[in-house]
Amino acid sequence: MIISILKAFLIGGAICAIAQVLINYTKLTNGKILVLFIIIGCLLETFGWYSKLIEFAGAGATIPISGFGAALTKGAIKATHDIGILGAVKGGLEATAFGIGTSILLGYFVALIAKPKTKKI
Amino acid sequence: MINEFLSFKSAYISEGFTIAGSKEKKGRLGELYDVTVEDDKCGEDTFEKGERNMFATAVKGLISKSNIKASDIGALVGGDLLNQIISATFAARELGLPFIGLYNACATYVESLIISSMLVDSKYQDRIVCFTGSHFSTAERQYRYPLELGVLRSPVSQWTATGVGSTLISSIDNQVAQITKGWVGKVVDYGVDDVNNMGAAMAPAAYETLLRIFKSTSTAPSDYDLILTGDLGKLGSSILRDMAKQEGYYLGDNYIDCGSLLYYDEQQVLQGGSGAACSPLVFNSYVLKGLKEKKFSKLLLIGTGALMSPISSFQGDTIPTIAHAVEVVAVQEAKK
Repeated sequence: MIISILKAFLIGGAICAIAQVLINYTKLTNGKILVLFIIIGCLLETFGWYSKLIEFAGAGATIPISGFGAALTKGAIKATHDIGILGAVKGGLEATAFGIGTSILLGYFVALIAKPKTKKI
Repeated sequence: MINEFLSFKSAYISEGFTIAGSKEKKGRLGELYDVTVEDDKCGEDTFEKGERNMFATAVKGLISKSNIKASDIGALVGGDLLNQIISATFAARELGLPFIGLYNACATYVESLIISSMLVDSKYQDRIVCFTGSHFSTAERQYRYPLELGVLRSPVSQWTATGVGSTLISSIDNQVAQITKGWVGKVVDYGVDDVNNMGAAMAPAAYETLLRIFKSTSTAPSDYDLILTGDLGKLGSSILRDMAKQEGYYLGDNYIDCGSLLYYDEQQVLQGGSGAACSPLVFNSYVLKGLKEKKFSKLLLIGTGALMSPISSFQGDTIPTIAHAVEVVAVQEAKK
């Protein structure tokens, strides 16, 4: 248990540290960095590499946005095996539907009860 | 005929008024603002309505502070950072006075001083009120991200100041200070395209205007008690110092950047303040107090503005910038 928490912390922390380096030393805006990480996750999963990272680090690899990119690719590949080439279009969103649906739904509920506030830092 | 600068004979700064947010109150000039608000929505239900409320308060406060009536004001001149300058416009709707709306981003305040000086110096009006400001929470979503998005800020970024400053420009109330000269800025673009790094983008515009000032009047930095730039921030103002040094102009302790002056370092504003509120907040509190107390007799105020829009940045354009300037002289000095 402690070991798996440590692994998740190290890998998840390393992914975030790369993003922090990009914020500090490049002109990339935060939005572009998010998209970049999704694409990297997609690409790595094309060869099944990101799955190996998830096996090793668990939540440390699935929670960062690159995990979402990997899930898109994984779903697309699986659906292609099942129903042919059209699965590439269907599978990605199917595999991530739970995450996307939940965040949209929760977004609406939170908007009902919470108001935006000025950032402190 | 081309004039290097505009000369004004009877454009006086007679009074100023400031309203600022709670973060600004905790800053270096916190004690000097006329009004500070704890709730930056000013009791309204949106930040935008709060901002326009501040604009209206800044004008009403100035009217009562300078013992004049609203009907004595010939026109309101000013603007803000939001699309279609809604804060200044909607405040003008409430105030019911003639209104000239301006946009030059954070250089709007000095732009409005120049235009108001033209209006009173040419005797079109006796009294004009300049008002400009900005609001962190409205500017953040206008130019950057929704407030709800919890992303980290770039270390080169600045903090948009919340507040509005208003100034009464008059041809008759000649007690405090006088705007003697104005330099209308040129749009300068040195190819910076990092929207987080406004200071570096605007420093060349400030430099070009500063150089024009010194050359057109044969002066040097030491001829002024104070040289103020709007919101270059720490990084931008050190770039300006370096650029001026290469031309042989040494900006000493008399050079202050309004954005860098607003906050203490521990307030986590990174490179300092930015926004259309920086120069009016500093000028109408700290500088005007110094002019009244005869601490300053001659100074330069250089408003710096970054003129990109979110769309031009999305399309990969670089950031055009501008710097307008005025020379302000205390009244006793001017009469010598």
